[in-house]
Amino acid sequence: MVEGKKDSVTHVHRIYIRASAQAIWDAITDPEWNGKYGYQAVQEYELKPGGKYRAIANEGMKQYGLPETIIDGEILEVKPPFKLVQSYRWHFSPEHVAEGFTKLTYEITPTSAGFCSLTITHDATGAPLMSAATQTPFNEQGGGGWDWILSDLKSLLETGKTMGA
Amino acid sequence: MIDEDLVFKALADTSRRFLLDLLRERDGQTLGELEWELEMTRFGVMKHLKVLEEAGLVITRKEGREKLHFLNAVPIRQIHDRWIDKYKEHQVSALVDLKQSLEKQKWSKAKKTA
Repeated sequence: MVEGKKDSVTHVHRIYIRASAQAIWDAITDPEWNGKYGYQAVQEYELKPGGKYRAIANEGMKQYGLPETIIDGEILEVKPPFKLVQSYRWHFSPEHVAEGFTKLTYEITPTSAGFCSLTITHDATGAPLMSAATQTPFNEQGGGGWDWILSDLKSLLETGKTMGA
Repeated sequence: MIDEDLVFKALADTSRRFLLDLLRERDGQTLGELEWELEMTRFGVMKHLKVLEEAGLVITRKEGREKLHFLNAVPIRQIHDRWIDKYKEHQVSALVDLKQSLEKQKWSKAKKTA
């Protein structure tokens, strides 16, 4: 380990999707779509600065003993359909809650070739449990993190199919 | 769009895989920090990072005066998902195909009215 660089822990994930910026924006922010891919938990967004964000446990998660609200946060910046900044905290265990809020930035950038790039920048400084969990490969316990979510989101938008369906 | 050939080529080199390992260990490093870990000239490390960046496996971001390098494992994930998907496709019945095409129509219809 090299010293310095504050104690900042940031991860960046990028995918290219053949879909409009609006379709990608909807897939992220619209509860109608955001429960269909990845971990399949519906997420509610109050799309204004200071607005609330939460992800609601699906039936499987509830049976697993997770609380009704599995993730919460606050909207920090909204520029539809290009940029969304929010805080983000897991409620999977008391340890996760204790880590507090991290910061997520979604950036959707259209290209002239008719597809968009979607970049997620996750500033997980001060949240080592969450940081480690989002970097694990997919497994039966629910690993996979952002890479898995993004890949599944792309599948949904481009083919209508998800890995879970 | 990410070119699969670029991803495979980028991964087919020990030094480049080592660079990805270094970023996996600690994301967001400068060229100087990465260079320190390899027995290679600065120019050599730069060349490898460029190949990784073109394959979408490394993303750079400017922070102040520094250029930080981040691991992006999404292209590897996509290759994995594609293989799993292809393998699964051999087993699906016509009925499942029908279900999926119906759902796809539903999706595009819903998007149009939205």
